Amino acid sequence: MLIMAKLKRDDILKLAQLARLDLDEDEITEFTSELSAILGYVEQLQNADTTGLKPTNQVTGLLSVTRDDEMRDYGYEPKDLLKNVPTVKDDLIKVKRIIG
Amino acid sequence: MGSQWLPIADLAADVQAGKTSALELVEKSLKTIEDQQDYKAIIATTSDRAKERAKTIDGLVAAGKNAGRLAGVPFIAKDNFLVYGAETTAASNILKGFSAPYQASVIEKLEAEGAICVAKANMDAFGHGASTENSDFFVTKNPHDTSRVPGGSSGGSATSVVLDMAPFALGTDTGGSTRQPASMSGCVGYKPTYGLMSRSGIVAMASSTDTVGTLARTTSDAALVVDVMAGRDDLDGTTIERQDSYVGAHASLKGQKIGLIKEWMAEGLQDDVKSVVETAITKLQAAGAEVSEVSLPSLPLALAVYYILVPAEISSNLSRYDGQRYGYSSPEAKDLETSYRRTREIGFGKEAKRRIMIGTYVLSSGYYDAYYKKAQTVRTKLINEFNDAFKQFDFLVGPVAPTTAFKIGAIADPLQMYLCDVMTVAANMVGCPSISLPAGLSGNLPVGLQLMAPQKADKQLLALAGSAEDLLK
Repeated sequence: MLIMAKLKRDDILKLAQLARLDLDEDEITEFTSELSAILGYVEQLQNADTTGLKPTNQVTGLLSVTRDDEMRDYGYEPKDLLKNVPTVKDDLIKVKRIIG
Repeated sequence: MGSQWLPIADLAADVQAGKTSALELVEKSLKTIEDQQDYKAIIATTSDRAKERAKTIDGLVAAGKNAGRLAGVPFIAKDNFLVYGAETTAASNILKGFSAPYQASVIEKLEAEGAICVAKANMDAFGHGASTENSDFFVTKNPHDTSRVPGGSSGGSATSVVLDMAPFALGTDTGGSTRQPASMSGCVGYKPTYGLMSRSGIVAMASSTDTVGTLARTTSDAALVVDVMAGRDDLDGTTIERQDSYVGAHASLKGQKIGLIKEWMAEGLQDDVKSVVETAITKLQAAGAEVSEVSLPSLPLALAVYYILVPAEISSNLSRYDGQRYGYSSPEAKDLETSYRRTREIGFGKEAKRRIMIGTYVLSSGYYDAYYKKAQTVRTKLINEFNDAFKQFDFLVGPVAPTTAFKIGAIADPLQMYLCDVMTVAANMVGCPSISLPAGLSGNLPVGLQLMAPQKADKQLLALAGSAEDLLK
């Protein structure tokens, strides 16, 4: 499949939505041209002959590493782990309203 | 350049013998950091905790107890390592104020042997960059020329070692972020086999290529630090078995088969860098190494593979910064969706956003096979070519970066900045160890020599690099 990425403003807005990222007008303009150039560069891979080759997902050959399913005590208190949370209520993480 | 620090093993021995104290070393380190603050290598010191730890270690020594192989040795950690005693921000606004609830596994291992973290080093935010100009806070200056960058992303760590702020520093290396600043700033930079050291407690960039880098004045110093950090960790399922030891005798260069990478000595390499590298090769040959040219035809594709796979992983790894559990949180957002979007808009710098966007694109429905899967398959091709090369050669050699340190602000185009990584990303894509050694100067600017070995031959690479380093001095 040959793809020549030439991104348009709408593509950038769609990607930003998928990534949960608001962008300002300058960023939208810049990213439209910059991402097209970067994708243009990486598209050289489409000409590489990879017949008969499989993708590599794990480079040292490890497969399905498991450990015993047992609880461990690392010595942390809930308050240690909650100290960076923006809003805490009763030792729970409070998030913004989800349903309008 | 003379150093105020003895070799790390000697420093620890002197602390253990009571000839010097851990507190003395920590104070010397903190004073140098203060004296050299114009270089902007450091984001914050951990001085209170460092002094406390020094007193504890001096107490052990006074009681006749073993204080460890790194007793009292100060070090500086790149700001993407979770440590106690200072914030961990990865030089990003979105993590400003973050106080680590636990420490990175490698920090725990270093502390268990008596080492003391004294400061956090500046970096390109989240490791995204090759110059430290992408730090959300400030730009670090090259120790040899303050109008130039130190390289990156571990530019603060490299500068801190070269300016003698500590005997060693930790970096990370996802695509060259330890070796390239080592080359441009003038110290040793070591990237291990993927998985040799635990990534637990390090701010994730690209999980399939992130490694812990060591920056030091000499290979022997780096090897000792590697020896302390290496090995499996239950908290990182990708860690591998270690070799018996990484310290010891340097390997003779005589009869070593070393492949000089043809693709890296070609077009695009700055003339002065080429000439320093060629001189270094001549010295290796004079010491008995059998150097001949080797071609890895897919090598010119490595950077394109990298700039698909790594942004893909970045876009996944940075999805956790959503303003709900830690880090910056947009105060005015009324609902969750807006909170995510506004938090990330304000909290992330431009390069993080750029990479999130690229990663989201290459992983999105309809493009996944053409980009991500194709890149993983070309990665296989690259691995096969390296495996073939390592059947003929014990080690591979070449430059670290195509240029010496460039002027601050000289590279404005993001794609041009990505090209700085062109000679370092391959080791990350194939998972093999690689080291940057100071090879000489062009004018007043350092040039590094890159040596690589097969996966899991870290011990052999460090032993060879030790001999090579002596020749290149």
